[in-house]
Amino acid sequence: MAISAHPHPHNPSGRVLRPAIQESALVRRLLIGVSVVFLVTFLFLPLAAIFAEAIKGGSKAWIIGLADPAAWSAIKLTLAVALIAVPLNLVFGLAASWAIGKFDFIGRNLLLTLIDLPFAVSPVISGLVYVLLYGAHGWFGPWLQSENIQIIFAVPGIVLATIFVTFPFVAREVIPLMQEQGTEEEEAAITLGAHGWQTFWRVTLPNVKWALLYGVILCNARAMGEFGAVSVVSGHIRGKTNTMPLHIEILYNEYNFAAAFAVASVLALLALVTLAAKAAVERYSLSAPATAPAEPILIVSNLTEEPAR
Amino acid sequence: MSIASKILRPSVLPGFGPALGYTVFYLSIIVLLPLSAMFAKAAGLGWSSFWETISSPRVVAAYQLTFGASAIAASLNVTFGFVVAWTLVRYSFPGKKLVDAAIDLPFALPTAVSGIALTAVYSRNGWVGQFLEPAGFHVAYAPPGIVLALTFIGLPFVVRTLQPALQDLDFEVEEAAASLGATRLQTLLRVIMPALLPALLTGFALSFARAIGEYGSVVFISGNIPMKTEIVPLLIVTKLENYDYAGATALGASALMISFAILFLINVTQWVTARRHRRT
Repeated sequence: MAISAHPHPHNPSGRVLRPAIQESALVRRLLIGVSVVFLVTFLFLPLAAIFAEAIKGGSKAWIIGLADPAAWSAIKLTLAVALIAVPLNLVFGLAASWAIGKFDFIGRNLLLTLIDLPFAVSPVISGLVYVLLYGAHGWFGPWLQSENIQIIFAVPGIVLATIFVTFPFVAREVIPLMQEQGTEEEEAAITLGAHGWQTFWRVTLPNVKWALLYGVILCNARAMGEFGAVSVVSGHIRGKTNTMPLHIEILYNEYNFAAAFAVASVLALLALVTLAAKAAVERYSLSAPATAPAEPILIVSNLTEEPAR
Repeated sequence: MSIASKILRPSVLPGFGPALGYTVFYLSIIVLLPLSAMFAKAAGLGWSSFWETISSPRVVAAYQLTFGASAIAASLNVTFGFVVAWTLVRYSFPGKKLVDAAIDLPFALPTAVSGIALTAVYSRNGWVGQFLEPAGFHVAYAPPGIVLALTFIGLPFVVRTLQPALQDLDFEVEEAAASLGATRLQTLLRVIMPALLPALLTGFALSFARAIGEYGSVVFISGNIPMKTEIVPLLIVTKLENYDYAGATALGASALMISFAILFLINVTQWVTARRHRRT
């Protein structure tokens, strides 16, 4: 009674805590102050600086920075790469979560660990491994050269590196949810005569749609913003193999700060939209409790732990 | 049948074969084959040339800087991340929801954008840099700039690990401590901190692991001076640009083995914690 009569302590209205386990007002204000100062200097000032620098030269300079043909081709390449990488990882995420989430087999935990692997790899190394595979000195280099196929320092390499760094995003959101939801609904559908695909489209997919959307949002943000991995495989050919982040680097190194921050401000807006979309999905999925997205993004989840069945 | 049912528990659901087959195929061509290519190339170098590469003074200096800056950044993140997580979980203040959403900003912001933004704020003419530089404290183009960038990108890992752990804390235990005469500080140090230790360690390790591989946010602010402000990922890129594939491979393989070791330690920590939980 004593505890349940009080609103739960991590309720937003933290004021109702009993004094015995509440810090004094002075300590509270001090801690809030420290948090705010820390976040302002580390998060909010840099974010504000992007927009301040972008509009420093006026709206004209901003538009010139973005309307430049090289900037435009970088924007198009970034969109194209995301348009290939995200759907591929989405299909993979669904296949992996069907196999791992709905079936019980030996080696499931090993598979989960392997799927998480790309998060533990430095972006630079994510690019390097493809250079060692498809580059001129790589395993398949001589063969690719004889067939006149270029992967490294070309668009296919950029796509591959982007797929690698965004590989686990969808899978890791959907797998834990499918595991948690079990197989009863699908078994009922199959018993009632539904086909496999019907069951998947009508029963499974609606149950995981929020987690799926959440994974796609995160996957897309990373796909459009990736720098290190793409930088290693791209060759930085202006107008051809430059994505937006790479274009920013080139402009910045040429001391063309106005244009660099103009392109950066577009990516920063994308990041803000991502955060807003993420928060919206979290709220919607909480109102429908069965489909709450799993853990927020952490590079190592509790995936290696057996979930309670 | 019995062996088969041990490998795969029987189910009326269709599609296991194709789903698993595609998963393994895609995983192999995207992740496993490229990673094996690097380790195979590294193994092909032979131990002496591998060791020669990773023990050269420039590489050792880069490793020292990368580990040192990452450890400082992870410590800063654990310290301030704890305060931030605490205020977000336990107190209410205006703008709290906004602050909570903003914690994920370093995840969402492309690293190159973070890099030039941090440089703009902390270089000589920047909003903060203009006060620090005359005082003789160089952030941009010096090691503190690297720590700054690594703190920026590691913060969400710590806060997002600590928040659920703080929410799971049992208030009755704190009340019991208070009713037995413990001061708030004693309760914090003797009751709350021990319960949070696994989450604090995990947060530190995640932040550290992310930091040692980070490239985009660091290269703009670090100045990239060999032996002084050159981090390991940058050195890998430099070696690649000089067509030193063997050197890049050796360095990449060594860095990756360190990352995997950290990943393994994190999983062991979580496994031990989960087991202890189950027992009590």
